[in-house]
Amino acid sequence: MEFASLFAYLVSFLTFAGIYAVLAMGLNTQWGFTGQFNIGIAGFFAVGAYTSAILTTPESPAYLGGLGMPFLVGLVGATLASALIGLVIGRITAKLRTDYLAIATIGIAEMIRLFIKNEDWLTNGVRGIAGIERPFAGTPLDSPFGYLLVVVAFVVLVYFLLERAYASPWGRVLRAIRENEPATAAAGKSIARFRLQAFVLGAAIMGLGGGLYAHFFGFLSPEAFMPLYGTFLVWVMLIAGGSGNNRGAILGAVVVWGVWTLTELATDLLPTEYATQAAALRVLLIGVLLQVILVTRPQGILPEKPPKLIARKK
Amino acid sequence: MNDILQILIYGMVLGSVLSMGAIGVSMIFGILRFAHFAHGDFMTLGAYIGLTFIGVMGLSPWFALPAAMVGMAVVAVVIDQLLYRRIRRTQPVILLISSFGMALILRSLIQLIWGSENQTYASGIQFPWRLDVLGGLRIKPDHVWIVLISLGLVAGVHLFLTRTRMGKAMRAMSDNMDLALVSGIPAERVIIVTWIIGGALAAAAGVFLGIDTRLHPVMGWTTLLPVFAAAILGGIGRPYGAIVGGMIIGISMEMSTLFISAAYKPAVAFAIMVMMLIFRPQGIFKGTL
Repeated sequence: MEFASLFAYLVSFLTFAGIYAVLAMGLNTQWGFTGQFNIGIAGFFAVGAYTSAILTTPESPAYLGGLGMPFLVGLVGATLASALIGLVIGRITAKLRTDYLAIATIGIAEMIRLFIKNEDWLTNGVRGIAGIERPFAGTPLDSPFGYLLVVVAFVVLVYFLLERAYASPWGRVLRAIRENEPATAAAGKSIARFRLQAFVLGAAIMGLGGGLYAHFFGFLSPEAFMPLYGTFLVWVMLIAGGSGNNRGAILGAVVVWGVWTLTELATDLLPTEYATQAAALRVLLIGVLLQVILVTRPQGILPEKPPKLIARKK
Repeated sequence: MNDILQILIYGMVLGSVLSMGAIGVSMIFGILRFAHFAHGDFMTLGAYIGLTFIGVMGLSPWFALPAAMVGMAVVAVVIDQLLYRRIRRTQPVILLISSFGMALILRSLIQLIWGSENQTYASGIQFPWRLDVLGGLRIKPDHVWIVLISLGLVAGVHLFLTRTRMGKAMRAMSDNMDLALVSGIPAERVIIVTWIIGGALAAAAGVFLGIDTRLHPVMGWTTLLPVFAAAILGGIGRPYGAIVGGMIIGISMEMSTLFISAAYKPAVAFAIMVMMLIFRPQGIFKGTL
């Protein structure tokens, strides 16, 4: 491979890994910090991606919107729309065991997928939305490499935001809920409220990830997401990297995305008539990887390190 | 009127399928304390095991049922012993992640072994019975069998749970785990029996679904949401509730096609489930929350 194409490949790889890192950090807020289960990541991701696409693409007769807004407005919209869905689903399940949340999120993801596929007036249905532009059109930054910088900037932003939240009293309550719910309730904290806040924050971050994806790929369709595999990959990333640890989430995203890409390179060597089997084989490998991690190293590569207790000022 | 009766029959067929899945989900939730996300793919695998059995033997589709149930019961116990048992000691929610991974493992295995195309148990069209008394209502013999056999299986589970020592032990573990354990109930054996019943019933659901429609690697996964909805509606950990829940969800899903696009059938199950979670999360029959 020549240098130029290798570089292009690397840029695309890292951009994907960065977007997955954002999703994994969103899941970390829900699962890693608070112990809330979300199997509907693809749903929040899709809401973010479509919101940003509808806000920023030029007007089109085929679907609603095409408002032609700037990139950042699209991302803010993506974050808010996803947070709103998270608020609704979180409100319903905040007082129940996390298994119910898991079932509800799988339902909401399925509803979002059905909605996107069937409501042509809003999303252009199976034909999808094309021509989503990258930011900084007309400047030297309007290139895949420029967009990688944008994604990296957002990964860093989300990372610092979540690290701050993790170390704050708010984050401490979340961890307390995860470790011992009755004790936290006895200390006078409203379990349902903190859970809901963490869930909505996580959903918002996932929406942001969706928005970043839309502008990277430029085209959205209901089938472009591979909904279940997307959700599954994010879970494997977080568990492998180390749930509860934001650095672990980022590392897991890069490592697992690397493994996933390598398996694709490996299965590409197979004859084309085995293409569907090859896809199934890749999922099988990642599934087995998850089980091996769960059995042998459930804490992940980088285990969680709660912040040191700060001595009270005299 | 005729249309409504016709749809009611389809609803009962779907309801039977959902009940078979929901009983297993409900029992696993009651005894092992986690939502088993691989249950849909248990259904799929059961259906394919049945397909292979009748294919090898050249038998009628109905022979797929016992073969699938036995095969899937064995697979369920093997999966539990190889994998779930190792992580059972940690939090139950880790089992949830593991079962989600297992769902994908099973599905990709099915794709690798049997391919991704649609398959059927028997080719050709089955002629329905016409009931002229009821204004030309059409009933397929297959549908009658599906409903009758499900009722038989449910009766069997009921007798097992109420009349045998093992059944009593299972109900005890589902009601109060700690109390059951200190009174000397053999937890490991109860868990294995739970998987045998859960796996066998999931296989029955899969075979029914395959007979009613067709076999496809994602047939079980797409049924998982209504199955969970049925289990929650009936009250989780309550096998009898699961039957009522399954029937309500199945009939509502089919009835909804009178008013809204059939594409939104799963949305009906979801809507009923959300209503239930808001107003009566313990389910109709007050499950173990």
